[in-house]
Amino acid sequence: MQFAIQSLPFLWQGLFVTLQVSALVVVFSLAAGIVLGVGIVYGPRWLYWPIRLYSDFFRGIPLLVLIFFMYYGLPAFKVNLSNFAAVILALSAFKTAHVIEVTRGAIQSIHLGQTEAGKAIGLTFGQRLLYVIAPQAIRRFLPPWINAVVDTVKGSALVSLVGIVDLMLAIQQVIGRTYTPMPLYVLGALIYFSINYSLSMASRVLEARFAHIRE
Amino acid sequence: MAQIASDFIVKIRHLQKSFGANRVLDGVDLDVHKGEVVVIIGPSGSGKTTLLRCINLLETYDGGSIQVDGVEVGFREGPGGKRHLRSDRDLAGIRANIGMVFQLFNLFPHLTARENVMLGLRKVRKRSAADAKQIAEQWLSRVGLGDKFDSLPGQLSGGQQQRVGIARAVAMDPKVLLLDEITSALDPELVGEVLTVVQELAKDGMTMIVVTHEMTFARDVGTRIVFMDGGRIQIEGTPREVLGRTDHERLRTFLARIEVKHH
Repeated sequence: MQFAIQSLPFLWQGLFVTLQVSALVVVFSLAAGIVLGVGIVYGPRWLYWPIRLYSDFFRGIPLLVLIFFMYYGLPAFKVNLSNFAAVILALSAFKTAHVIEVTRGAIQSIHLGQTEAGKAIGLTFGQRLLYVIAPQAIRRFLPPWINAVVDTVKGSALVSLVGIVDLMLAIQQVIGRTYTPMPLYVLGALIYFSINYSLSMASRVLEARFAHIRE
Repeated sequence: MAQIASDFIVKIRHLQKSFGANRVLDGVDLDVHKGEVVVIIGPSGSGKTTLLRCINLLETYDGGSIQVDGVEVGFREGPGGKRHLRSDRDLAGIRANIGMVFQLFNLFPHLTARENVMLGLRKVRKRSAADAKQIAEQWLSRVGLGDKFDSLPGQLSGGQQQRVGIARAVAMDPKVLLLDEITSALDPELVGEVLTVVQELAKDGMTMIVVTHEMTFARDVGTRIVFMDGGRIQIEGTPREVLGRTDHERLRTFLARIEVKHH
């Protein structure tokens, strides 16, 4: 127990890396996923198929394979990424595919009449998206998206496998020195849980905030 | 000079439209003058709703032409008379001058009644917030919803929602108002309150094209009735002329069927 307390500053650094990786991936995948999601719904045919292919492909392979590919595989194509860049790229590419589907589902859940009403009063495409579709779609977007964020935090533990000292690897290193696996794994589980539980709570608050929107 | 500009608000020539192999509009010609209330009647599948939706290009058309206030709606002509689809921005500008009220209201559920009416005024007409608010409240009061400014659509009855829908359309000060079976989704006892509003708009000289099954409304408010069947206009004339004709087989069958449904 004493060891565990002594190791806290070291774990703190690992936690910081975990949060950093998660935050970067959430931001990148959110931006890319929404743009591509809007593209797949409203874009022309030549845009639809590449996005469809991307989304199906990246959701269809294990995240670990993707991380290894970016770190160990890409050098074969003369692309050498640091382990940090490689995992950010892998996790973002993976999460983007999910955000595409969440965005698509949220937009398509809005009745076509809403788009027509927006057109009828002379709103342009961007205005319809901004003032008519998005405010309604966000209610459908949030729950699965928060799930995806929770998933990202959990999935970020895989970055330890390419030598990034995140919370997971920090815990293992402390265990390696102290031979006290049980308290440390419990502590680690509690930290991951408290991050994700606060996310779930935030999600519930947000959902309640948008609950008044009914078709 | 520009004085010779006709008072046609809508001018439709030889309009054609197919859904796959199904020809829905088969050469429709229709002129609507300023202040007219043209009521389109006809059996379902006759093309009347499609015709209406072509006028603000919620449906595209394959052939022919639709001009609203002298501007071709569906396309612009490029070099050599080649037809090009209009850009989204182009179309938005045209649609801003064509009001539409929908069968299923299509109010924005996340906005209050006032905000529903204000949206187009703010974002399309670029009115100030204060102006837009004032215009919106004025129109909502006119349709009898002076006490519902802050209600969300979900808190309103069907008849009230449809009146917000009308306020939203007319607040934009359109050249022509398209009404697409606006009472079909309403409980019978709510139809009257909506039609009264439309009747008052007609009295104020609003140009309207109305698709409806309400024959009483067609007779009392319509300046002209157009009977469509099979993607064509079969008969048109004043309500007295059209509804008085007993020699037209298809019209007679249609009217008889409507009659049965409503009694």
